[in-house]
Amino acid sequence: MSTPEELRYTEDHEWVAAGEGETVRVGITEYAQDQLGDVVFVDLPEVGRQVDAGDAFGEVESTKSVSELFAPLDGEVVAVNNAVSESPELINSDPYGEGWLIELRVDDASSLDSLLDADAYQRVTGS
Amino acid sequence: MKTALHEVHTGLGASFTDFAGWSMPVRYSSELAEHRAVREAAGLFDLSHMGEIEVSGPQAADALDYAFVGKLSAVKPGRARYTMLCDETGGVLDDLVIYRLAEDRYLVVANAGNVAVVAAELDARARDFDARVDDRSADTALIAVQGPASAAIVGKLADADLSELKYYASIPAVVGGHDVLLARTGYTGEDGFELYVPNEHAAAVWRVLTEAGEPHGLLPAGLACRDTLRLEAGMPLYGNELSTELTPFHAGLGRVVKFDKPGDFVGRAALDTRREPDRVLVGLTGSGRRAPRHGYRLLADGEDVGEITSGALSPTLGHPIALAYVRPEFAEPGTALSADVRGRPEPVKVVSLPFYQRS
Repeated sequence: MSTPEELRYTEDHEWVAAGEGETVRVGITEYAQDQLGDVVFVDLPEVGRQVDAGDAFGEVESTKSVSELFAPLDGEVVAVNNAVSESPELINSDPYGEGWLIELRVDDASSLDSLLDADAYQRVTGS
Repeated sequence: MKTALHEVHTGLGASFTDFAGWSMPVRYSSELAEHRAVREAAGLFDLSHMGEIEVSGPQAADALDYAFVGKLSAVKPGRARYTMLCDETGGVLDDLVIYRLAEDRYLVVANAGNVAVVAAELDARARDFDARVDDRSADTALIAVQGPASAAIVGKLADADLSELKYYASIPAVVGGHDVLLARTGYTGEDGFELYVPNEHAAAVWRVLTEAGEPHGLLPAGLACRDTLRLEAGMPLYGNELSTELTPFHAGLGRVVKFDKPGDFVGRAALDTRREPDRVLVGLTGSGRRAPRHGYRLLADGEDVGEITSGALSPTLGHPIALAYVRPEFAEPGTALSADVRGRPEPVKVVSLPFYQRS
């Protein structure tokens, strides 16, 4: 199961990628999509929504189960990936690439450092 | 516990889930691809977690007529029947298929989670009859081939003429050089076969079926797609739609209770007084993508009128489908209700079952 070194992670099995300035990209990990099975529906927030770390901002559903998505950091939703709403299977086929979910403009860029690194996340998944 | 095919599944890269204490394949690659394979070609399932209990002897038929709500004495040798085991209050202990193998021999196939209960009840209920009860579950593997291509696949390997094997019938057969009980039964809404195989030959039978199925598009298929397949076919799952709190009448399956059979049977008196249930099982369809799921509430004009027992986005139909118990006055097809899907109401409509029927 791949866990890219350059990303940060949460215990809720999301990844966070540093982008330009205060903008970060968020998705779910390969481990998470494997646990879910085939994703058939994604519910994403409106652009402009303000979230606090830990807030539920959406849902991913497979035929078997549903998982809430939690904001990894405080910030504002500045982009959502409409491609995954149309083709939820992108989350299974390319969870770290085309299967990204939202972009946040975080209130504090240094807050990224509070998240798990790849090694720590691998300990969470026991892999 | 692990089935005789566990290493085969590991080799195929399966993901596993716990089911009634068994480590079972939940999917091999994609449950949607597996689901589609069963609808359009064929799927290969390991169902060895299910229980096989043999009841034999001169009074085997009488013992089963007493133990179950159905009239098993009326089943001809070589045929099978869907029936239920009820307790004294009429509550359902298990729903199951019973094969009559010979005049004096039956095979009772129990759900994995209920094998111990079914075996213990059969022991107790057969006590006053000249019949013996042998639990063969630990030695028996069960492999299912389901889908429109299944007859072509099994037909290539079996020494039997499948055109003579009707739905809900079984015959002893040789498949790929191994003795099996070959049954034309299943839980997917498709044509299909179930092969009861001694554990030691399970891997070999799985292998020949895989090879024969490959040109037909057969895929190994896990429990995830088995659940969406049976849901589309409107078939109840014990633990979701059936329980000891419910009678066959609740589930709309009162026809399996044979009050006209001679002699008493366990649950008879109670069932006779419980023919008019206070809630009934219905099918629901939704229009969006958010599926109502097990345990969610159903509302009519804000009033709680029932509960979802199973639900998913139907892979074949592309919209949400669900089974639910509702008060009888809300059970009419066409009735508009609302499902509370994690705090957001989703409109649903009562429909007649099944959701999917093979053409």
